[in-house]
Formats: sequence, structure tokens, C-alpha cells
Amino acid sequence: MTDHIKPPKRYDVVVIGAGATGAGTARDCAMRGLKVLLVERLDFTAGATGRNHGLLHSGARYAVTDGESATECIKENMILRRIAAHCVEETGGLFVTLPEDSLDYQKTFVESCLRAGINAEVIDPAEALRLEPAVNPDIIGAVKVPDGAVDPFRLTTANALAARQNGADILTYHEVVDFIRSGNRICGVVLRDHHTGELTRVECDIVVNAAGIWGQRIVEMAGAKINMFPAKGALLIFGHRVNNVVINRCRKPADADILVPGDTISLIGTTSSRIPYDQIDNMTVTPEEVDVLLREGIKIAPSLAYTRILRAYAGVRPLIASDDDPSGRSISRGIVCLDHAVRDGIEGFVTISGGKLMTYRLMAEWAADMVCKKLGIEGKKCMTAEIPLPGSDSSDSKEAHSRKHHIIDMSTDQRAAEGRHGSLSSEIPTGDVDDALVCECEAVSVGEVNFAIDKLHVNNLINLRRRTRMGMGTCQGGLCACRAAAILGDRLNCQQKALYDLASFVNERWKGMKPVAWGQTLVEAQFTSWLYEGMCGLDRYQNNEQGNKQ
Amino acid sequence: MEYQVKNISANDFEQCIKCTICTVYCPVAAVNTAYPGPKQAGPDGERYRLKNPEFYNNALKYCLNCKRCEVSCPNNVRIGDIIQTARIRYDKSAPKLRDRMLASTDFMGKVATKMAPVVNLMLGFSPVKATMHGVLGIDRHRTFPRYTSTTFEKWMRTKAPSQAAFSKKVAYFHGCYVNYNYPQLGKDVVTVLNAVGYGVQLLEKERCCGVAKISNRLIDSAKEDAQLNIDSIRKAVKAGMEVVGASSTCIFTMRDEYPHLLGVDNADVRDDISLVSVFLYKLIDSGKVKLAFKPGFRCRVTYHTPCHMQKLGWGIYSSSLVRMIPGVEFEPIDSLCCGIAGTYGFKKENYPYSQAIGKELFDQIERARVDYVVTDCETCKWQIEMSTGATVINPVSLLAMAIDVEATKKLNGIK
Repeated sequence: MTDHIKPPKRYDVVVIGAGATGAGTARDCAMRGLKVLLVERLDFTAGATGRNHGLLHSGARYAVTDGESATECIKENMILRRIAAHCVEETGGLFVTLPEDSLDYQKTFVESCLRAGINAEVIDPAEALRLEPAVNPDIIGAVKVPDGAVDPFRLTTANALAARQNGADILTYHEVVDFIRSGNRICGVVLRDHHTGELTRVECDIVVNAAGIWGQRIVEMAGAKINMFPAKGALLIFGHRVNNVVINRCRKPADADILVPGDTISLIGTTSSRIPYDQIDNMTVTPEEVDVLLREGIKIAPSLAYTRILRAYAGVRPLIASDDDPSGRSISRGIVCLDHAVRDGIEGFVTISGGKLMTYRLMAEWAADMVCKKLGIEGKKCMTAEIPLPGSDSSDSKEAHSRKHHIIDMSTDQRAAEGRHGSLSSEIPTGDVDDALVCECEAVSVGEVNFAIDKLHVNNLINLRRRTRMGMGTCQGGLCACRAAAILGDRLNCQQKALYDLASFVNERWKGMKPVAWGQTLVEAQFTSWLYEGMCGLDRYQNNEQGNKQ
Repeated sequence: MEYQVKNISANDFEQCIKCTICTVYCPVAAVNTAYPGPKQAGPDGERYRLKNPEFYNNALKYCLNCKRCEVSCPNNVRIGDIIQTARIRYDKSAPKLRDRMLASTDFMGKVATKMAPVVNLMLGFSPVKATMHGVLGIDRHRTFPRYTSTTFEKWMRTKAPSQAAFSKKVAYFHGCYVNYNYPQLGKDVVTVLNAVGYGVQLLEKERCCGVAKISNRLIDSAKEDAQLNIDSIRKAVKAGMEVVGASSTCIFTMRDEYPHLLGVDNADVRDDISLVSVFLYKLIDSGKVKLAFKPGFRCRVTYHTPCHMQKLGWGIYSSSLVRMIPGVEFEPIDSLCCGIAGTYGFKKENYPYSQAIGKELFDQIERARVDYVVTDCETCKWQIEMSTGATVINPVSLLAMAIDVEATKKLNGIK
């Protein structure tokens, strides 16, 4: 696997952080002909990218409070539909007014949307109910907007794949532990391999810090200072699709006012609470958060009151202080792209932060523009808005289509895999064993697991989950985790490692189930624990917090 | 506001904890690898179909609708209903001519009984069978049950005055098989019920219970029949009668499939719809009626539990009824699917699976070396008779053979 290739020791650019922004920046730089290394201390999408709504914002949510963000969103929304078709679901969205909210806001809202270039159309509440039967029948107003759903895991992986296709190298589980300096210039990074503990020095002309909320530490390591405000947002995942159209509450943005259909599930979110910076690696969802999400969520879609909840999770919004505010308290709403040479006198170091998942491509464009400017490269135009991502490539889809033509009766898992990998699904091996299912809830076949191991940087079960949805379904890994662990153990040639991996995967799933462990979710967790703990004795294979085997 | 007290979802599909015991008990999954099994076809597939109906997998047509998955489920997920509902809702293909013919038991029965001798002769001809196999896709191994020239309803009309004379009455849902093919079973029902003091009434109107139409996706027509049957049943119940049948599938369909698959409300009369053998067992067990048996009646029998009987949980009534008969030597066998599932096994593409499913049952029956296999379902009868050579009869028919009618009447104080 690419992860194990010893990288050459010199690059034009090292991008830190493989969230959407980092992967996007690596793609953009690589497409402009730069030699790029993308490094990530954990896995793709391990931070905020993998812990949000998966909402393809139309920008409507920001229209009233932040016109600039709204305009950026709608532009990127249209671009993503084109370049990332296999990551996007064109569900459409509604902004509904509840009896307890004022219709006055709707007027301001629609005007602001139109100003930002968002096609917001007031419709009859009855029409809204017809479009989306899950919506509260008591609504007094409804506006249709071009919201959608986007899968951040697929989107990031596709960007990383595109970067690799353009010559970039990618190292996951490699953490930047120090910079190589020469005077006031940063000219490389020291990487620690999380698996072996080995240190590697990599030289480069420019380091791009795309580490999200963890970027503050990177900046501090470089010897400067930025103020980030971690804002925790909690979400609940429901067991199946409650709605097929995004439902937003038409009011000033507040808690639990967006319900997004994402693949096989629906998500309600979010809350928003400031947390101390030293807590950014300790995300747990509190009972109060679960309570507010449910209480408010039920108002926009009453069936949430009795739909099974699979899990709860929280992410951290990487809000960043405006540089023009000396108090450091005022938060910048938009994208922040810092040239630390200008700002702090540190050469060869750029930070890209702020922004949103929706604007990751624009952020990457800004960062790549700055890199090119600093390297003195001219005439390399950004092409990321024009060229489709791997998986959404139309010529590939034709091939995939003709392949599909032969399968008159595609099974649910073949269709599911096509939905996940777009035109790349034609590379998924098929046949007797490859067609067998690993994950039954999410219809992931042995072939898809092998494809992910071969092509999508998979080292462990959590990587595999993010690439394929294995373990994201109703049983939360109860049945599939052991099967996937067996395949990984074979492929990576270490059954012992696979056992520890399995134990930590099962524990990670439980972490998300625990805040909502009642009813069938509790039964499910109990069943899983009987299987893994009671029958298989897996509790003997736990890693302690330091990652040491006990 | 109370919330998250209970998970409510269509057919309880969210109650599934993925234990997979349903797939272990699925007779189809055991023999046909093209069928994903009840868990994947049911609750798992449902999540995808809710996302987009295009995820409907045509392999769901292999489901027998035996409901053994539902019997095995520890969480009361209506797995079979999820699968049948998906077939009804998402399979957009038009039912084939063959499927329409197989499903239209009333229509075919009415036509065929008018010229029964010719039809029976024709259906037995091997060129006819070959044509049906090749052109229609009805498997050549199957033989249609012979049609009768005198329908049961016609025969019953001649008995109307004597039946009306009883002070206690039950309404009898005879079903298509008794009416068009095998009135003798109906006559046995009348004999036995009369012997214990019950007059037998027909429903005001009766149509096919609809099971064949449901499995062949003729839903509108099935709904119409169901509504008509329930209206008639309601009238009978209002007149103080219980409604009984001698076919477990008809009874199961009217009790459970009507509300679950057809949306026909039967809540007010569901508990009044029962099976003759259950009705009789309860009467005997509670001491309300007594049976007198022919001295010297001897036979060795086994009871085959039809899938829908298993689902109803009533197998124990019929087997106990049979075991009450002095002179019956009872050889128990496992509750296993015979594989025919009504019209399913008649279809050429299903025939090999049908026989593979039934294999274990056929072996057990052959090992049991009995005079009669007793069962409450007519299609099980056809399948077992074709596949084992055994003689298969309804428990009521066995009773009719075993009891001394006159002595029984006397015992129950009937003139």
C-alpha cells in the first residue's frame, strides 16, 4: 500500500491534515504540477470533516446572517454537483416555519437568499408536505431551496485519490512532530509514524497547515500564535431514512434545526457549545445534548419521537479569531488564509482555516493560489472546479454503464457500491467469494472491502468504515466487524493486530451508542457484547489509552 | 412530551437486531443462493428501499411467504410482511399471464367445473403438460388437482334446510379447493360438525381468500375479494356464528394478511375466524362435546405442520385432535416446509427449489411409514402426495373416518 512506501525526502509542498480542506489542497497543488505530500496524523476525515451533517448547503442557512458565506456556498454547491456527483445526493431542501416561529422571518430569509443568488421559492405548506411527508403537518410556511446531501468521507477520499493520480504522495498515521527550520524559514517537517514510532525528515519549500482545529498547535509549533475557538456540535443518527428532503427550520440558526437524509440514515443536528481547547480530543455527547436534539428535532419531523437512534456523535467547528480584532474574541465567519511570512515573519508556512465543508474546494484554491504565489509560479490556473473527481468522471461512468448493462438484475449491494464509489465501482472485484457480504446492513461485499484495502488507504477497520460504510448500519459492527477483521488480518498478514483492531473498533462503536443506549439500540449493544465478549472473549484484547497492548 | 418510549416502524422493521436467526430458519436461503435470505431481503433491504425504490432486488420473488422467519424472530419483526410489501410496492413488472391464471382460482374454477371431465382429461395429457411447461412456464412435473362437476356450494344448497334446523350453527369458509376440486372435504366437515351438534352455513358471499393473488401481485383484485369476504364474515359473526375453514392458509390469510398486506381492517372479527380442527379441539377439550369412535378403527399417522399453521401457532391443536382418536398410532415428524407454497411450486423456475426445500420433509415422511399424513393445507397435500406417494388427508377427514356418526350424535344429544 502507498502508506508503506518510503517517500522521497523532498517535496514542493507538504499539506498537513487530510480532512476535506487538506485533501482538496493536495489535489489542487498536485493538479498545478507541484510535488505534494499529504500527511495526516490519523486517517482521512478523522476530524471535523467526518463529524458534521453531510449537508450540501445551498447557503440559505447563512443568507440572513452572513451573505458572503451564503454566496460562496451556493457557488460551491453547484460546483460539487458537477465535480462530485457520486458524493452528492440532490435531495432538495425545505425551510419550514413552525407555528411557534414567526412568518416575518421567512420574508427576510427569502430576500436574503435571493440577494445571495440562492433560488429560494416560497411554497404552500401542503405542497411541502407532499414533497416531504415527514415534515411536521402543522407548519405555517415553507420555502424550497437547493440543499442536498454530501458524503464527506467519499468527497475527501475522492480528493485524495485525485491528488495521488496527479503524483501526490499520501501518508496517513503520520504526525508532524516538528519543523525543520533554517533561520526564519520553515523548510520541512519531522514526521512520526504512529504505527512504528519511527521519525522521518521530509524537506519542502512550503508547508500548508490544513489541520482544522488542531491547526492552532501546528502554528504554535512553528512559533506563532492564532486563536481558535472550538465549538462543539452534537448530532444524532437515526436508524433509517426518515426524510428524503433536507428539512431546515426557518428561523435564526439555533440548536437541532436541520434534518438531513444521508445515505441509509437521517441526521438531526446540531448543538453548539464552546469547549476549552484542551478538550478537542475528548468529544462525548451529553444527555442534555441528546435531549435538546430530540426535543427540537421532533418539532420539525414528529416521527423522530419514535424512530430508533443508532448513535450520537460530536464534532468540533474550527472557528478562528479575526486577525483585525486585537482582543482575539471576534470570530471570523469566512475563510481564513494566512501567509505567516507576512503575518509573523515565518517563511514557507501557510495556514488555511475557517470556512466550511461546503467551501473546502474554494479554501483549497486560495491555499494553492498562495502557494503558487510564494513559489513564484505563474500561469497555473486552478482547475478543480472544472475537472470531475475520480468516481464522478463521466467517461468512466459510460464504461460503468455498459458494465451495468450486462447485469440485468443488480443486487442491492451492487447498487449500493455503485452509489458509494461512482464510476470507480467498476474496479470492485466480483465473483463467488467477492460477492459475499461482509456488512449486511450497509451491503458491503468482500470485493468492496478488498477494493478499499487495495486502493483507498485502509489500514484498519475504522479506515474501512469511513471508505465503505462497513459497520455504520443498524448493527453497528455487530456482525460485520469480525468478518472484516478476518479479511484485514489476512491481507495485512497479522491476525494478532486484527484482533486488537477488532476490539478497538467494537469499543468505538459502543462509544457512539452509549449516549442513546435504550430500546433496541441497547438490545443491539447487549447482543454485540454477548457475541464479542461473552462468546469470543475479545475483552482480553483491549488497547489501553496509550495504545499499548495489555 | 414523551418521546423515544417505543420504536415504531412499518412492520416493526426497526426492531431487528440483526441476529440472523430468520435466515437460519429460511427454507429458501438454504437451497437457493440467489435469494439473499429474510434478514437481507427484509429489514436490511428496507433501509435501502426507503432511500430509493431502485434498490429493490428482484430476487425477493424467491420468497415463499412461509413466514417461518417471523416465527423464529425474537423481536416480532414482520419480516415476511416486509418482503411481500416490498414486492407489492416496488416490483413494477406486470404479472405474467401464467401468474394471472394461477392466481385466479375462482375464475379458473368456475370455468373448469363447467366442463370438468374434459378439463381433467386435458390437464393430465402429456402434450398439454409439455405446452404448459414450455409456453406458460407451469412445471411439467405438476398435476393440477382434478376439477369437480358439482361444486360444494351447489351441494350445500341441497342441504340448506337440514342445516338450518340445528340450534347451534357455524359459518364455513370452504375455500376454492373444496368448492371446485374436492367437495368431499367439505362434506366431511359437515358430517363431523353435524355429529357434534352444529349446523353448517355458507357465508352470504365467498370468494377466494386471496393468497394466490397476493403472491402473484394482483393486489387490487385481492383487496376487492378480501373486502367482500370480510363483509360476509362480519354478517355471520353478527348473527352469532364463528367462522371456520379447513384450510390453514385461507384462515391465516384472512386473519393476518388482510390487515398487514392488503390494508383490509378485520380487527372486529379476526378472533372469530378459526380452523375447524381448532374449533373441534376446543369443544372436545372443554368437555362441551364428545366423540364416539368406530370400534376397531386402526391407523398409523403423522401430522405435517404447514408453514402458515406454524405461524398461527395452531399445529398443536390439529396434532392433539388426531392423537385423541383411539386406534391412532402417531409418529411425530419435524415442522418443516414442504416447498410448494401454493402457486410458487407450480412455476417452472421455482420447481427445483421447491423440491430441494421439501427433501428433508419427504425423507422424514418416508421413514415414518404411515397410512396417512394428516395436514391442514391442500397445497402441502399435493406436494407431499406427488413427492412421496403418501396419502395426505385433512384432520377433519380422518375424524370423519374414525367416528361413529350415529353414536356421536347420540352422545351429544342430537336426534
